[in-house]
Amino acid sequence: MIRRTRAAAVLLSLAVLTGCSATADSGDKDNVTLDYWLWDDNQKASYQACADAFTAANPGIRIQITQSAWDQYWQNLTTQLASGDAPDVWTNQGSYYPQFVTSGQILDIEPFVTADKVDLTQYQAGLADLFTKDGKRYGLPKDWDTMALVYNVDHLAKQGIKPADLADLTWNPSDGGTFEKLIAKATVDANGKNGLDPAFDKTKVKVYGYLPEWADGSQGQNGWGNLAASNGFTYLDKNPWGTQYKYDDPALAATIDWYKSLIAKGYSPALDKNSTLSRDTLMGAGKGAISFAGSWTINTYLGDDAKAAFAFAPVPAGPQGRKTAINGLSDAIWAGTEHKDAAWKWVKFLGSADCQNIVGGNGVVFPAIQGAGEKALAAHKAKNRDVQVFVDEAKAADGTFFLPITEHGNEISQTVQDAIQSAVLGQTDSATALKKANDQVNALFK
Amino acid sequence: MSSTKRRDDRRAAWWFLVPVLAGFAVFYGYPAIRGAWYSVTDYTMLGTPAFVGADNYDKLVHDSQFWRSLLVTVWYVVLNIGSQTVLALLVAALMHRLTRSVVLRATLLLPWLVPNVTVGLLWMWLLDTNLGFVNHLLTTLGIGPVGFLTDAALAMPSIAAINTWAYAGYTALLLYAGMLQIPQYLYEGASIDGAGEWRMFRSITLPLLRPVLALVLVVSLIGSFQIFDTIAVTTQGDPAGATRVLYYFIYQQAFSYFQMGYASAAAVFLALILGVLTAVQMRLLRASTSDLA
Repeated sequence: MIRRTRAAAVLLSLAVLTGCSATADSGDKDNVTLDYWLWDDNQKASYQACADAFTAANPGIRIQITQSAWDQYWQNLTTQLASGDAPDVWTNQGSYYPQFVTSGQILDIEPFVTADKVDLTQYQAGLADLFTKDGKRYGLPKDWDTMALVYNVDHLAKQGIKPADLADLTWNPSDGGTFEKLIAKATVDANGKNGLDPAFDKTKVKVYGYLPEWADGSQGQNGWGNLAASNGFTYLDKNPWGTQYKYDDPALAATIDWYKSLIAKGYSPALDKNSTLSRDTLMGAGKGAISFAGSWTINTYLGDDAKAAFAFAPVPAGPQGRKTAINGLSDAIWAGTEHKDAAWKWVKFLGSADCQNIVGGNGVVFPAIQGAGEKALAAHKAKNRDVQVFVDEAKAADGTFFLPITEHGNEISQTVQDAIQSAVLGQTDSATALKKANDQVNALFK
Repeated sequence: MSSTKRRDDRRAAWWFLVPVLAGFAVFYGYPAIRGAWYSVTDYTMLGTPAFVGADNYDKLVHDSQFWRSLLVTVWYVVLNIGSQTVLALLVAALMHRLTRSVVLRATLLLPWLVPNVTVGLLWMWLLDTNLGFVNHLLTTLGIGPVGFLTDAALAMPSIAAINTWAYAGYTALLLYAGMLQIPQYLYEGASIDGAGEWRMFRSITLPLLRPVLALVLVVSLIGSFQIFDTIAVTTQGDPAGATRVLYYFIYQQAFSYFQMGYASAAAVFLALILGVLTAVQMRLLRASTSDLA
């Protein structure tokens, strides 16, 4: 659920912009204003540039962009859909979009794609298929993200850890592999002793070696999901649109147990002594040495406002190899729009190299089109930011897995998150908690 | 003559009430009726709602999450009403008997004037386990960090304390206003008879304050049951549902899961609880009669 930064929850501001679309919407094919919605304030400028380029090429079609913060975005969108006055095109995401498909709110664009012969192989492998169901297509991929380890460069250097030590970490749920040794070495108590030292005092930890994310829904994208996948865990029977979840898999319970062992050893903060603040705040305050980070946080950790020097490293390789969650967004057309052809033109442009090169050039996210991804990489390099690891992981054969896309996404998210939290708090053991949650989750599909 | 005059007054009164009644009908009456209707449908915000009878209520009765959230809410209400009322009574009595400083009274109201979201954010940062000022002090004193908002056992008491901080001053002012209505001669008489402050508080202030106290209790009980914003800002129902109060449960069902029908059923249930509680409380405290008469 922490898919994109929702910290700026106060930024409702731009709602004002939507007010004035009615005048131009006279149905005249040559003079159309399309409403386009997105939630990421970091990306608004990129898409405004795309909109300007689009209007220059199609003078009759204006694009009105509205940005609102993550939580408000979905509530506003659903309310607008319910009242029959939704934006013509909006940015879509895996856990929310299934209910819009089920309720028939998204236009099937497969006929347009076939007619215009859109090349679906130009996108990062697998992304285009995420937004299809029963031969119908509900969007074109716009970008993707992968996960990596983020670490505090100065702190690790002080502990005698070189960046090369992080390049090829291993992990397993029983002894934690070289990843756990690294975490131990990076954990420092008030007397300056690290976690490997016999004199290490786990009751007085100053810097935790690893900061976990426990408000991570049913996917564990920011931590446990990646490790569990590398331990052979798969979320469900088929993705997208599976109906049978597998949270009772022992491979997942073993992963959660390993996390609990980190807490027991003092390498990670206990959940009941955890911070309610975000991990990047804590990392910035020097309270943690290593954590997971998504490629959408690149500018948080490497940007000019970062509170310390950070760098990225590949996620550790588990018993089944190195696995990182990959996730993508798409653009959807509202089924009730009066301007289907114009909306399709815009969506096609958003999914084309013309727009995605602009987006990539701004170096905020990695666009779905492979060539545009290189542009993003180059943009980061120009700013002296090393983000190669995200791209390498995305390209690695069998190195990625998709986050589940099914109905009841948000309800499942809460159920599984509660179960994992209760296991980590020690209220029940992991296997029991996950089995119970799995039964609840699967009951939703009956 | 006098009877016709009274009738005229009544007719005029209705005219004065019209704006309020219109507002009430549009913003409370109509949504309440609609909510009651949705509670017997499968409304999901998208698509037309279909009648499903008592299905939502049946599901509600068998939903362990719902009962847990009700329990969590009651726990909060007990903590909050308890601490808030005692503190407010104490402060009001002190103001009544010791000082009448306007500055002090205004200061008491300050926390109440801060928007709830700000209160939540402020305390979330102050109480944070790793970066919070309070825990910094505690660690310096050697007590070690306390997970005020992340420990399952502490999270609810912490939230109750935050809201007590925010509302006790306002409640104290209401009680203080009530105390001002108690005739001064009673205290004078009592002190001539040799009664101490504590005895006067028990035998004069508390009994005569009862109508005001009853009103304050009813109002703050209803308010407490509707605790939402502090939780939405600080814990969002975590850890593991330890602070998922009824309102947050309803909010999640409605605006995260889009189960409007089910959320409406839970809301109707909450309204029923509040109605019954208010009736019982008013009766128990005989709120409409005063011992002063």
